[in-house]
Amino acid sequence: MKFAIVVFPGSNCDHDAYHAVTQVLGQQAELVWHKDTHLAGADVVVLPGGFSHGDYLRTGAIARFSPIMASIAEFARRGGPVLGICNGFQILLEAGLLPGAMLRNQDLKFHCEHVWIRVEQGDTPFTARAGRGQVIRVPVAHGEGNYYADPAVLRDLEAAGRVVFRYCDPQGNVTDAANPNGSLNNIAGICDETRNVVGLMPHPERACEAAIGSADGLLIFESVVTSLAQQGAL
Amino acid sequence: MKAKVFVTLKPSVFDPQGHTIADALHSMGYTGVGDVRQGKYFELELNSLSADQARALALEVADKVLANPVIESYRIEVD
Repeated sequence: MKFAIVVFPGSNCDHDAYHAVTQVLGQQAELVWHKDTHLAGADVVVLPGGFSHGDYLRTGAIARFSPIMASIAEFARRGGPVLGICNGFQILLEAGLLPGAMLRNQDLKFHCEHVWIRVEQGDTPFTARAGRGQVIRVPVAHGEGNYYADPAVLRDLEAAGRVVFRYCDPQGNVTDAANPNGSLNNIAGICDETRNVVGLMPHPERACEAAIGSADGLLIFESVVTSLAQQGAL
Repeated sequence: MKAKVFVTLKPSVFDPQGHTIADALHSMGYTGVGDVRQGKYFELELNSLSADQARALALEVADKVLANPVIESYRIEVD
């Protein structure tokens, strides 16, 4: 299986994702420059974290116009699995591939810490190996991760089971104290209508080896491998 | 022509920066200041356009790029 990891000017978790996929997961990966227009025959697309274009204007607001984005939209439309991590999630929001927007963290602080998130849905390609309600420990590192959507959109997301991850305490309780940024309904990650595009603020690629504090994030990458294998895509 | 674009968070969206600024002003004794909303201001230089064309172009750019319609609204002045 081949992962395309998209590199924007200012991406800084591209090599973390590359390492997790190739060295830990043992799959193929290729770094794809944002000005490219082809996804190098990839089976999975990852938009990594970072500060694309310096976060100028709004997070992800300029990256969404990169030439590669048309190919990613087409890949997603055909059902290809797309994972946006942190700034990658922000880019998917700005591109309209996922609904809503990010606001400045409610306490105005940049949060760089490990948090707990609860897997709410096990039927996306990136959570296929997870049990519903499973709690995993992964780091966040963002200043604008305060998820917002207008009330009608939020209702639709909840009704359709499109909230994929929620911030929670270590026991899996969704509480205000466990919410690092003020996100509505403790939302840490969502998916699109067809469930193949997933975005989340925490960094699973930085939590794939016990030696660096947590290996829980590997679940996300193993899930997509299993999911595609089950679909007979490999 | 020059267009000025003012972008602010929609009234329904909480503005943590504006809220913090208001808190600071109140703690400094500026009790006459109520709520504060922080926004962005852009100046666009538009080449050789009529006022109508300039307004149309500024509207397009504001809607597509300068503001995120999910959370922000904008106002345009052309002169």
